[in-house]
Amino acid sequence: MDALLSLSNLKKYYATQKAVDDISFDIKRGSIFGLLGPNGAGKTTLLRMITGIFYPDGGSIILDGQPFNPIEDIQKIGYMPEERGLYKKMKIGEQALYLAQLKGLSKAEATEKIKYWFKKFEMETWWNKKVEDLSKGMSQKLQFVITVLHEPKLIILDEPFSGLDPLNANLIKEEIYNLAKKGSTIIFSTHRMEQVEEICDHIVLMNLGKKILDGTVTEIKQQFKENSFVIQTDNTTGIKENAIFNTMSHIENKIIVKINPGYQSNDVLKYLLQENINIVSYNELLPSLNDIFIHLVENTHATARAFQNVQN
Amino acid sequence: MNKIWLIIQREYSSRVKNKRFLILTFLMPLLIVGLIAASAYLSISGVEHRNIAVVDPNGYIKNSLKNTNQISFSFPNNIDTNNYTQQGYTDILILPSFEKNKKADYILRSKKSMGLMLQESISNKINSAIEDQMLQDAGIKQSILDSIHSASQFAELKAYEDKGKSSKESNAGLAMGIGYASGLLIYMTMFIYGAMVMRGVMEEKTNRIAEVIISSVKPFELMMGKIIGIGAVGLTQFLLWIVLIISLTSVAMGFLPSDIQHQVNTLQQSNGQMAGGMMQASESAVKIYNIQHTINTANWPLIIGCFIFYFIGGYLFYASLFAAVGSTVNEDPQDAQSLMFPITMPLIFSYIITNMVTQNPNTPIAFWASIIPFSSPMVMMARVAYGVPSAVSYWELALSMITLIAGFIFTTWLSGRIYRTGILLYGKKVTWKIMFKWAFKNS
Repeated sequence: MDALLSLSNLKKYYATQKAVDDISFDIKRGSIFGLLGPNGAGKTTLLRMITGIFYPDGGSIILDGQPFNPIEDIQKIGYMPEERGLYKKMKIGEQALYLAQLKGLSKAEATEKIKYWFKKFEMETWWNKKVEDLSKGMSQKLQFVITVLHEPKLIILDEPFSGLDPLNANLIKEEIYNLAKKGSTIIFSTHRMEQVEEICDHIVLMNLGKKILDGTVTEIKQQFKENSFVIQTDNTTGIKENAIFNTMSHIENKIIVKINPGYQSNDVLKYLLQENINIVSYNELLPSLNDIFIHLVENTHATARAFQNVQN
Repeated sequence: MNKIWLIIQREYSSRVKNKRFLILTFLMPLLIVGLIAASAYLSISGVEHRNIAVVDPNGYIKNSLKNTNQISFSFPNNIDTNNYTQQGYTDILILPSFEKNKKADYILRSKKSMGLMLQESISNKINSAIEDQMLQDAGIKQSILDSIHSASQFAELKAYEDKGKSSKESNAGLAMGIGYASGLLIYMTMFIYGAMVMRGVMEEKTNRIAEVIISSVKPFELMMGKIIGIGAVGLTQFLLWIVLIISLTSVAMGFLPSDIQHQVNTLQQSNGQMAGGMMQASESAVKIYNIQHTINTANWPLIIGCFIFYFIGGYLFYASLFAAVGSTVNEDPQDAQSLMFPITMPLIFSYIITNMVTQNPNTPIAFWASIIPFSSPMVMMARVAYGVPSAVSYWELALSMITLIAGFIFTTWLSGRIYRTGILLYGKKVTWKIMFKWAFKNS
């Protein structure tokens, strides 16, 4: 696999907790990767190590085929942190220019790119405004532009849609797809599962500093499926107790069934045909990522983590 | 390096372009001058006038007691402690009948209590009046006494400091003034610019822009960029003030009548003496010459050089500490108050020492306080005004500068370590103990 980023055995311990505890995974070039986990799972710490803000206590980061060098590789990364911030009193154009120059662009290059993006997002009139004059959604757009301006190979977005209206959220989403198509790799950190299902190719779920899930969205859904099917018929009353499946729920003409061990999905169809029940639709019921998330994270006392001590 | 430069530029230009900076820079000198003028005016116009009735049974001092613009003495008849207010006097002074060489009390009664200064001046007047009277009794004529009094005002103390074979005129009053002013200026700027650094760091942290920037530059670069940028703002301000003062004085000199200007020039060329045969210099020309002459006794290149050094050194020393405190503050600016305390205490304490040192530049406290970097920027400036090497030897100055440089390297290092942890840490109340741990724990 052609990995842009590969982490192996990454560790970061704080005095009171193991924030990131032995995490390894690869991210494919040009993919949209979802990093999921409950609050305090260690996502932000992990991202800060990838962006070079923190040094890992152990393990290694390989970026673009070479060991990660926080100083040299700054230009390859665009990071949009969860808690976003800009200088309130600074003019927007100057601010974008300043932050782009800090990333290593020359002034001319930065100006040209800012103009391109401002035009694209219809922000040209903003140049001489101040951030304090912008609404939350507007400053979010500005922050996104600043993050991707220097065309980084790796774009890290921490909750990029929070505070955006559906229209602007779509605009950003389109841009994320576009960037991925052009070859950028995107790490997308969130706990909004429906967005992950929609956007991400590949996800990793973290909890208590550990990786508990790793795979593509389809793979994971397959992994957690419970052999449940949704059957829609003309006449649900004809379905009796049987050895092949149990009826889990029953709403009007729809029933959800769970196939007992030892039987296949075709066995259900056979039964229905035998009973002469007219099938309108028959679908496998895959768990939503939300269900999987809750299922995995519940009962792990994730909320009590702050007070846990490190046992070495 | 290139990135620090970008940060410095932003910090500098965002402040210098600000209207507040321009207003402060141009209004501050006017404000100071106005304040001095106002307080001088008040101290002249605000004095109360005392009209004192004197009961002098033996007529001892009637001829010798002189009126001033604050006090006028009268010698009415038929006056006593019961009716002096009805007769329009503010106080009554009752003298006993003196016997020679015997100490006696005289009594002053007032409806309104009298200030200490005024009491002292009355006491001096009476004593000198008695002295005069005694001298006259001993056979010295009043006219001779008067001529002695006026003659005694001709002599003037001129102090010189020895420098090898040559000697140079020195002026303790001027040295004290310069020392005090530069100490005060450094003290104020440490506070103003230190707090500016702290607010800047807090702004970046609470705005959450720190994280965006730190993904591009190292925390230390961000901190140093801010400190240097704001320091440059401070230097710009000083420079503008110096230009402003020089141009204001030359404008003021331009308004002088041309004959006085000419006289001042002549006095300068002839070293204060009017050549024989020339016209007598007017009083105001002599005054202006004297002021210029006194100001010229100070070693200005040394003082300005030291001032810039101690401003920069002291600023770097304190600003990085302020930056460290700023980095640990969460949303609540109140937290900053308690954390700032250990920084502001030495500053205030140094200022108190500076006040002492302006009068006695060579005590052991003055020496130590001018070596320790916490106080040396202020205290050493107060001492340097008295002259190098007469008040401060070269090795002391060198030692003080070296410890200050070492001091700011240390505080910068220390603050850098606190800053890089603090700037990204939210939601945790930070104490000095925790900051100490960040600074000295290896991580």
